[in-house]
Amino acid sequence: MAGVAGPATGSGAAGGDGDDSLYPIAVLIDELRNEDVQLRLNSIKKLSTIALALGVERTRTELLPFLTDTIYDEDEVLLALAEQLGNFTGLVGGPDFAHCLLPPLESLATVEETVVRDKAVESLRQISQEHTPVALEAHFVPLVKRLASGDWFTSRTSACGLFSVCYPRASIAVKGEIRQYFRSLCSDDTPMVRRAAASKLGEFAKVLELDSVKSEIVPLFTNLASDEQDSVRLLAVEACVSIAQLLSQDDIEALVMPTLRQAAEDKSWRVRYMVADKFSELQKAVGPKITLNDLIPAFQNLLKDCEAEVRAAAAHKVKELCENLPMEGRETMIMNQILPYIKELVSDTNQHVKSALASVIMGLSTILGKENTIEHLLPLFLAQLKDECPEVRLNIISNLDCVNEVIGIRQLSQSLLPAIVELAEDAKWRVRLAIIEYMPLLAGQLGVEFFDEKLNSLCMAWLVDHVYAIREAATNNLMKLVQKFGTEWAQNTIVPKVLVMANDPNYLHRMTTLFCINALSEACGQEITTKQMLPIVLKMAGDQVANVRFNVAKSLQKIGPILDTDALQEEVKPVLQKLGQDEDMDVKYFAQEAISAVAQRLRKLDFPVKDSEEPSAPGADKNHFLRPRGPGEDTGKVLPLISRHKETEWLEWLPRRQQRQPSLGVQVQPRDQHISCT
Amino acid sequence: MVPCNYRAQDDEESWVEVPRTLGCLLQSSLQSNMLGPWCSPTGSPAPLSCETGCGEGTWILVCRLLVPTQVSLLSMEEDIDTRKINNSFLRDHSYATEADIISTVEFNHTGELLATGDKGGRVVIFQREQESKNQVHRRGEYNVYSTFQSHEPEFDYLKSLEIEEKINKIRWLPQQNAAYFLLSTNDKTVKLWKVSERDKRPEGYNLKDEEGRLRDPATITTLRVPVLRPMDLMVEATPRRVFANAHTYHINSISVNSDYETYMSADDLRINLWNFEITNQSFNIVDIKPANMEELTEVITAAEFHPHHCNTFVYSSSKGTIRLCDMRASALCDRHTKFFEEPEDPSNRSFFSEIISSISDVKFSHSGRCIMTRDYLTVKVWDLNMENRPVETYQVHDYLRSKLCSLYENDCIFDKFECVWNGSDSVIMTGSYNNFFRMFDRNTKRDVTLEASRENSKPRAILKPRKVCVGGKRRKDEISVDSLDFSKKILHTAWHPSENIIAVAATNNLYIFQDKVN
Repeated sequence: MAGVAGPATGSGAAGGDGDDSLYPIAVLIDELRNEDVQLRLNSIKKLSTIALALGVERTRTELLPFLTDTIYDEDEVLLALAEQLGNFTGLVGGPDFAHCLLPPLESLATVEETVVRDKAVESLRQISQEHTPVALEAHFVPLVKRLASGDWFTSRTSACGLFSVCYPRASIAVKGEIRQYFRSLCSDDTPMVRRAAASKLGEFAKVLELDSVKSEIVPLFTNLASDEQDSVRLLAVEACVSIAQLLSQDDIEALVMPTLRQAAEDKSWRVRYMVADKFSELQKAVGPKITLNDLIPAFQNLLKDCEAEVRAAAAHKVKELCENLPMEGRETMIMNQILPYIKELVSDTNQHVKSALASVIMGLSTILGKENTIEHLLPLFLAQLKDECPEVRLNIISNLDCVNEVIGIRQLSQSLLPAIVELAEDAKWRVRLAIIEYMPLLAGQLGVEFFDEKLNSLCMAWLVDHVYAIREAATNNLMKLVQKFGTEWAQNTIVPKVLVMANDPNYLHRMTTLFCINALSEACGQEITTKQMLPIVLKMAGDQVANVRFNVAKSLQKIGPILDTDALQEEVKPVLQKLGQDEDMDVKYFAQEAISAVAQRLRKLDFPVKDSEEPSAPGADKNHFLRPRGPGEDTGKVLPLISRHKETEWLEWLPRRQQRQPSLGVQVQPRDQHISCT
Repeated sequence: MVPCNYRAQDDEESWVEVPRTLGCLLQSSLQSNMLGPWCSPTGSPAPLSCETGCGEGTWILVCRLLVPTQVSLLSMEEDIDTRKINNSFLRDHSYATEADIISTVEFNHTGELLATGDKGGRVVIFQREQESKNQVHRRGEYNVYSTFQSHEPEFDYLKSLEIEEKINKIRWLPQQNAAYFLLSTNDKTVKLWKVSERDKRPEGYNLKDEEGRLRDPATITTLRVPVLRPMDLMVEATPRRVFANAHTYHINSISVNSDYETYMSADDLRINLWNFEITNQSFNIVDIKPANMEELTEVITAAEFHPHHCNTFVYSSSKGTIRLCDMRASALCDRHTKFFEEPEDPSNRSFFSEIISSISDVKFSHSGRCIMTRDYLTVKVWDLNMENRPVETYQVHDYLRSKLCSLYENDCIFDKFECVWNGSDSVIMTGSYNNFFRMFDRNTKRDVTLEASRENSKPRAILKPRKVCVGGKRRKDEISVDSLDFSKKILHTAWHPSENIIAVAATNNLYIFQDKVN
């Protein structure tokens, strides 16, 4: 029997030399159960190739039954499988046979891993669209019912996500059944299922007839909103948004608002937090009239809630709330109803609340206009700029551009400068790092003069910071400044200072010079690089610390493309060759790397064949692991509580080796001496 | 983890029925002097039913299980057939090493499975034998279902600290699909394990023939899809999540929340809240660490969630107090909602007062209305609505009060005894020394001392109540306080969630007892 019967494609088509084309498929099939997860994953990802080779008939009768029972595998394999099956309709013979895909997806919808289950549900939803209305009732609806009445809550939670896709296309009788099943899941014994039902309530409401929404969904919603479990109640807040969108103003007032009011005053802070977090959506869903009557007072309460988490969430929403208010009377309303509460938050006891406010408060200036900003907001900005918590100050500084548009930054500069200086010298290096990143922005807004006068010295001080990450950021900062202010400015203010550091007794500072040159050379252009920087780099090739020497090699490789051929040939090459004979292994290695890169470039210049990519420096990124992780790695699954775990200072960068001759009278700062002995 | 398919075989041992009843012994074990300080429990006592209330009933040994030693575990992996031989190791006490000492026992929510953890970092899960017609007496017997190494010894290089592999606690998760899930913890790291069965395996390769020989690619003319065939049942344990790096001090408790999505872990000074899905962050909800460690006066000894109210939990302290916190009120629960403390009796004040008042275990009743605490000498039951004193106090081994000095010297005074409720909250059980364990019937106020020992407990034998002699004359069947063996202690016990089946851990032995009525 010819195994291959799929549509004609290059890879799987059966032909005279069938053996050759079968072999790779045979390997793929065997690797479906290889011990190596990566190979299994690879096979699953090529499942369509396998199916194509097997043909629709065998895919239905052999492959799918096998896959149905393959639920013992690793999550990532199952996830890939669930995803593949969503696009499999064509491979099992088109919409008429789409129901064949239901059994494997059904078993995937019961595994314990949420991501796999969710993906299986997503694929099921996709496939449901490919069913004919008859097939939907014959195959898909029974599947939903089976899942909804399953013994284990994993299957019941999966069922919750499937109601909304089969409801619109079902007959009236089946619709009634579906609603019945959904109702029973909303009052399931396990909170897991009630949570799943609550989170799909809004989605289900959208596909229901308006009458059913009022008669069935609203009571369910009310029940879930008064569930004994906090985790269920808080999901009802989200459903509130979707349900309110479907109802008329009067119905919202009568059916939704009592529950929403109750949620805004819930005993559990987590529910109130959710109301605060979803405030903008709620505001849009219920419309301006109810917002004015109900939501604004509720918002005021949230802004002075006893739980800091709730206040912080509400503070985050201040700007959006104000933006979404109706234009008419907006200004007075903000001034009278919101601003007094904001003023109190500025001196809140909790730093997270203050920093949440600081991240949005600047946005109010565009809404309130110049006069109000100067009169009312400016004092708040200034107070926050002087806040004891660095995060608050940072948030203000990072949003300066909003104010700049309205009143100009000069209004702030008096207070701005001390705040920046203080942050620049903060004991926590992450704070210093954050302010460095705003420097180019600030420089642009403040202008060259102001910058030279007040901030330039700070930027140079960072170059000799004792934390590597700061020094690294400082060099990048210089590059961005040069891009902003131009090469002439660089030549006059930055380059001389950087080059002076080449004679610093501390080898780490000497290396910083090299790093700066790496970063600046491109922005500064050929002339400055050749005339001012290159001599210094070449001179440093004689440094007694090997770390400096091999960084010289790396620098030469990096700036090679900017230099002209003469300089390369006459100055760089001899130095590299000398370094290539260095007694130190690493210096030799990097010198060799650089020599071959430079040689390649020289060849290319001699015989310009085509301008392909420049050789990249392989070792240039050696310290990538030292970069701090992003502060806000949010998984987005649990409520963002304020964690009390303290960040530990990142380990300082340790040089890889010791200086060979410490007796040469070179002074090394004690903090840089974490060096292993040889 | 290597999947391990192993069931203990006890077929070669003959089981002896011992038809004796010991009805009258219970009356004599009632000590009148213990009734004095008791308060009667709130509400009228529920009628005592045989099914649930027979705390002081007749208990028989169902089986004694030994956690397989490392030696036998190793050889089991090599060859399944050798396990019969290894069974002889199981019966031999000389093979019990420190690593085999059971450190926690826990039934799952149906009682079909029973998990133990030991000092060697292993978790052994026992499964209840299904009832069969020809072996009626074996009903209730538990056999090994799965064994796996949950924790390994580690070394914290930053703090130069050794981290023991000892399993401090095991908690089962509510069952969510055909697999079972449990949390196990050592001092620092909590792990979520999945225990699942597999009874099918795929057969048929394209590139290999049945014997595993490679086929010539040229001979492959058709594609074969593997087919699943039944095989022997295999139980495999896989680690699903590792919750690490959140505890500076030693974890003493873990507790699963009734919302099924979070759990907490408590160490000496802090309690953290975790989501089951998220391993890279946890939330600190209680922190009692003073700014200056010299001002430290108490530590957290145990913590547990309310069985139904997802927002409520309690934690006990070394000062003998219990705090109840409401997570609805605030994100940080440093301030308690309720504070349970019994005023100290000045007449009993001694050098050891503070040590013996330290609470070693706290448990909510299944109803969620009461909490039970165990301190060194007593078990107390507190009504959630009465903070100033316990509603019931039971003396576990008051005769040790005179021996506190020597117990302090041999460190026994710091032993952490656990306590458990029966399924209907009418009986409580806790351990003592000399392999004794105690049961107190809350309704009848009767209590009994039983012994879990190898010497006098043949399978199906009826347990004889024990009595410790206080005062001068020692009667027959009594044991004097001085001859108690303090190295044999029963710290960990568990009660089946709905039936009168108990599991008692005595060093490396696990005894399963059952009420005779069943």
